[in-house]
Amino acid sequence: MTVEPRNDAFVAFEHVQKSYDGVSLVVKDLNLSIAKGEFLTMLGPSGSGKTTCLMMLAGFETATHGEIKLDGVNINQVPPHKRGIGMVFQNYALFPHMTVGENLAFPLEVRGMGKDERESKIKRALDMVQMGAFANRRPAQLSGGQQQRIALARALVFDPKLVLMDEPLGALDKQLREHMQFEIKHLHESLGITVVYVTHDQGEALTMSDRIAVFNDGRIQQLAPPSDLYERPENSFVAQFIGENNKLPGVIEELTGDKALVRLTTGELIDATAVNAREKGGKTLVSIRPERVEFKPEMMPAGAHTIDAEVIEVIYMGDILRAVLKVAGTDDFVMKMRNTLWQTKLAPGQKIKVGWHPQDARALDP
Amino acid sequence: MAEATTELLTTADGRPLKAALAAAQSRAKRRAFFLVLPLLLFVLLTFLVPIGYMLKRSFEHDGFASTAPALVAWFEANPDFDPANPPEEAYAALVQDLARMQVEKTTGLSGTRINYSVPGTISLFKKGAREAKDLTPPFKESLVALDADWGRPALWRGMQSASHVYTAEFYRVASDMKLNDDGWARGEDNERIYLYLFFKTFLISGLITVICLLLAFPVSHLLATLPMAKASLLMILVLLPFWTSLLVRTTAWIALLQEQGIVNDILVGMGLIDDEGRLTMMYNMTGTIVAMTHVLLPFMILPLYSVMRVIPPSYARAARSLGATSWTTFRRVYLPQTLPGIAAGSLLVFILAVGYYITPALVGGADGQLISNLISFHMTKSNWSLAAAIAAMLLAAILVLYWLYDRLIGIDRLKLG
Repeated sequence: MTVEPRNDAFVAFEHVQKSYDGVSLVVKDLNLSIAKGEFLTMLGPSGSGKTTCLMMLAGFETATHGEIKLDGVNINQVPPHKRGIGMVFQNYALFPHMTVGENLAFPLEVRGMGKDERESKIKRALDMVQMGAFANRRPAQLSGGQQQRIALARALVFDPKLVLMDEPLGALDKQLREHMQFEIKHLHESLGITVVYVTHDQGEALTMSDRIAVFNDGRIQQLAPPSDLYERPENSFVAQFIGENNKLPGVIEELTGDKALVRLTTGELIDATAVNAREKGGKTLVSIRPERVEFKPEMMPAGAHTIDAEVIEVIYMGDILRAVLKVAGTDDFVMKMRNTLWQTKLAPGQKIKVGWHPQDARALDP
Repeated sequence: MAEATTELLTTADGRPLKAALAAAQSRAKRRAFFLVLPLLLFVLLTFLVPIGYMLKRSFEHDGFASTAPALVAWFEANPDFDPANPPEEAYAALVQDLARMQVEKTTGLSGTRINYSVPGTISLFKKGAREAKDLTPPFKESLVALDADWGRPALWRGMQSASHVYTAEFYRVASDMKLNDDGWARGEDNERIYLYLFFKTFLISGLITVICLLLAFPVSHLLATLPMAKASLLMILVLLPFWTSLLVRTTAWIALLQEQGIVNDILVGMGLIDDEGRLTMMYNMTGTIVAMTHVLLPFMILPLYSVMRVIPPSYARAARSLGATSWTTFRRVYLPQTLPGIAAGSLLVFILAVGYYITPALVGGADGQLISNLISFHMTKSNWSLAAAIAAMLLAAILVLYWLYDRLIGIDRLKLG
């Protein structure tokens, strides 16, 4: 999808295309505008063009076509060091021959800042990431998480208008990564900076972002706030890429407004909301989130179609129970149930009927 | 375990743990030692022993001490005699030894030994030995009558010095000292060649190191940043000189640089110089520098390349994004990280250049000779001890440089690839 650039956009990509070899396009007609103070995440599988977009914004790659604007000014020809953009790299890129303090002093020194001002800024930045006591250490003496904090402090110490982060938490273990996600989010909120964040981890994207741009095949597939992206995916790729997803192929039999009646390839009829498959008789792929699937009649809306299901297995996952069902010919249909005291215990082989609210079943492109 | 045990740890069957560990590892250690043993023996036999022998030759020579026993005994009994006026007993011992040398045919050996510090003594000794049995006392007068040189104080000082097996004489000669009638003194200005050549060798080696560094740095960077396929192709070009005989390469430079050579022909052809003004780029210092830089360039490129290859491009990007210009990025971020490679390459090239022999010998002419050529000259003239003394001084100078390097940069930062 495309979003027309707003006039007040802080960062704007306008019809940006990028090719490395002159044969194929890595980024195809990118239009994206980012508001001041926004936390925007570029999410996508590797090779989807998200990192290339970030590198074009940072100035390390040049756009083959189109304009990139920062604060209303075209920056296509501005060299990286004059853009005033802070950047956090995947491997931190802390200069190994300098101490932490020297690393932080570097952006201030090249700006010709005096010693006193430098030191107060370095101290402030280090305190901000709770690393005040580490100014004299070398990067190699720090743990991955500590290096990550220093890299963050270095990108922020010169008060940039915009901070870019290229998979900054990729090298950390799960627990630390989650902790750092909140820390980065809080820094973003308290400093009011604009952040463009690149990741392939959807959980990270959902936790931190104001808006997420899902990239695939050089295009933005959907640009939306996390809840919209998860609950109302606009195409099959986004539905597949974000979260767990059941997909049922079929043909649209009836279409009234947004309501669609879909006949599955195995003959059953189900209710769905037409999203980007809006043609009667057209093929579609219905997507339903596992936690929105119901098997108790009282939880389903009146008159909703239900279909037969057979329990294959129930996996105990602590907070939830994950049932794998055989539904409409597929045997990888997943239903998630809260593990509550009164939850019905399903057994393998048990025959049940499943259904859902038509809003939660989205008829997407096949 | 937070709790520290003070009692002796033992294995399950009661053996002390340390002994058990040593026993368990000794077999592996012994096997590892046997694997390195051949190399150890090889290094010992072909490297350490010859160098030790050479160093010994630089301060040991028994050419006179073993052939003139009477005079040696007299020098030992009278260490404080006056060289300007040796007494009659000294001359008597000398004549006795000369007659003995004639019989034992050792005149050449002893004459050569004295000749090292007092030039012209070989013929003096041969003549003296021939006439020795016909000489009559008083020997002082009859010897001096035979040749006035027998009365020279310098000769007597030289013989006294040579009567000891161990001597610093060769180091004195290698330091441009000369044995005069009054003892050892600095040589005449026009005779002082060794220290000057030492200085020149170090200067030229330093210059070659700097030229190599300037040429190798961009090449190594290119090699390190190019895609692997292209980099390997370029690497072959870098290594090509390695696979060609040194002699062939040097000859190629002669073909290029000589006065009727290709470079001069092109310059004349382009009208930049006229035919009479052909440049002399061969058989002088220019030829030595050009050819040696070419030969030694790979030794600079390889360590630099190996260091540059592992510097991630994100460092330069980070510096740029933090506001540094390309020059600042190079100077403050890239260059410091290549220092181990620069240090390794420079040390390697410098040490190789200081000891280089064949290239200066072929293309250096009279002007482009280095200290190694002088060492070789003395070896062919069979003054092995002087050659050894110069070589030992060269070795000492390099060790001092190595020590300085370790103090300033740290040998552990050296990366050879």
